[in-house]
Amino acid sequence: MLCMSLQAGEIPLGERRSGYEFMGRDTRAMQDDDSTNPALFWLMDGETLWKRKDGVAACSSCHETMKGVAARYPKVAGGRAVNLEQQINACRSERQKAAPLAYESRELLALTAYVARQSRGMPIEAGWNERTEAGRALFTRRQGQLNLACTQCHDDNWGKQLSGTTIPQAHPTGYPIYRLEWQDMGSLQRRLRNCMIGVRAEPYPYGSAELVDLELYLMWRARGMKLETPAVRP
Amino acid sequence: MRFLLLILPFLFFGKALGDDAIPASLTGAKGDPQRGRAIVANRQVGLCLLCHSGPFPEERFQGNLAPDLRSAARLTEGELRLRLVDPARANPQTIMPAYYRTEGLTRVAPSLRGKSILTAEQIEDVVAYLVTLK
Ligand code: HEC
Ligand code: HEC
Ligand code: HEC
Repeated sequence: MLCMSLQAGEIPLGERRSGYEFMGRDTRAMQDDDSTNPALFWLMDGETLWKRKDGVAACSSCHETMKGVAARYPKVAGGRAVNLEQQINACRSERQKAAPLAYESRELLALTAYVARQSRGMPIEAGWNERTEAGRALFTRRQGQLNLACTQCHDDNWGKQLSGTTIPQAHPTGYPIYRLEWQDMGSLQRRLRNCMIGVRAEPYPYGSAELVDLELYLMWRARGMKLETPAVRP
Repeated sequence: MRFLLLILPFLFFGKALGDDAIPASLTGAKGDPQRGRAIVANRQVGLCLLCHSGPFPEERFQGNLAPDLRSAARLTEGELRLRLVDPARANPQTIMPAYYRTEGLTRVAPSLRGKSILTAEQIEDVVAYLVTLK
């Protein structure tokens, strides 16, 4: 009874706003100007890795452009959702015959940012399927010692002040992001784990089906919104 | 023992006196309002100012997800205690966490399992502080 899931008060499509719109002017300016956006360094590394032969080939040996790809991820295949990082690692191990890259490693963030950057400005495409459904169940379930569901902050109370922080709507439009608080680049999963830790819950491990399902639901929630990778967040 | 302590107030007061108040102290003693104030103001301990505002001129950042704590003035000590122990009994949809509950929670961080957010002593301190807002 106490762990019932809540009826999501979904945000009407026309009222959706990227986290960008909740940021101060300086942070927006930092994101907008490619030369001051700290993610620049990861993009440069990503380009190097893209062209570098690792194992039997370089990414660029097989692929020309990645335009539009990030707007369609996570992708569901065989009943399982696969996110962009996992797809990149699948290519590394299966196609390049190279070792997969660790979650949150500089290399994986760099390659992911490089790939996702090519979809900047493109609308998110996401359909509904049973993995999205599973993601929504996680989004609306109360959890942690504070017993709060994602939806209670991000659907019901966005725009309000949680102490000194404005609660955004939780749209995954800018990932991987450069986060000022981390002084580092980080993936969407890192952000989701942060919110779980915030409600004093045990975060799901990187790459777990639960986190990818959540990513998928967030992309559906943000369908049609434009990607802005690499975003800067406070 | 710990479990009994947690459940006792529900058994005795929740049922016997209706669901809107826990009149008796959880510890049998009166709390300390000074300590209560410090708990309320501390973002890692009380967490109250994440959501509430209140008479804390020294705290620059206060939340606006919930009414100003001064609105507590209209509540009795027993009503305040209930709102800390398990606010869902006043409002099932509430976002305010239950500060003295360990059951019926999902995926609590391993180091916190079986622990309530505040101890009985801390709850009494906070209650003692909140009644001073009258
Ligand atoms: C107690 C309120 C609260 C809860 C519950 C919560 N979040 Fe958050 N979330 C925040 C705040 C506040 C931020 C912004 C942090 C900042 O800017 O420093 C945030 C940021 C985010 C972002 C980043 C948005 C962007 O613009 O990049 C995502 C995505 C997100 N949350 C998803 C989730 C998910 C998924 C859950 C449930 C597992 C969750 N949140 C639970 C308060 C919450
Ligand atoms: C030997 C050829 C080869 C190499 C090298 C290779 N890939 Fe792939 N990649 C493929 C093929 C074939 C597919 C489509 C089939 C699949 O999903 O596995 C693909 C699919 C992808 C996709 C998904 C595209 C979509 O539209 O869903 C991404 C992203 C990707 N690769 C990234 C990379 C990256 C990054 C690297 C370098 C680390 C890389 N690939 C290396 C052959 C390769
Ligand atoms: C996650 C947000 C949150 C936190 C943290 C929180 N509260 Fe609340 N609280 C609320 C909300 C929202 C209400 C309004 C009633 C409701 O929705 O249940 C409320 C109501 C109250 C009330 C009743 C006020 C009235 O006028 O009816 C009191 C008293 C109170 N809270 C005290 C506290 C204290 C003390 C703390 C810290 C120990 C605290 N709250 C922490 C969200 C919170």
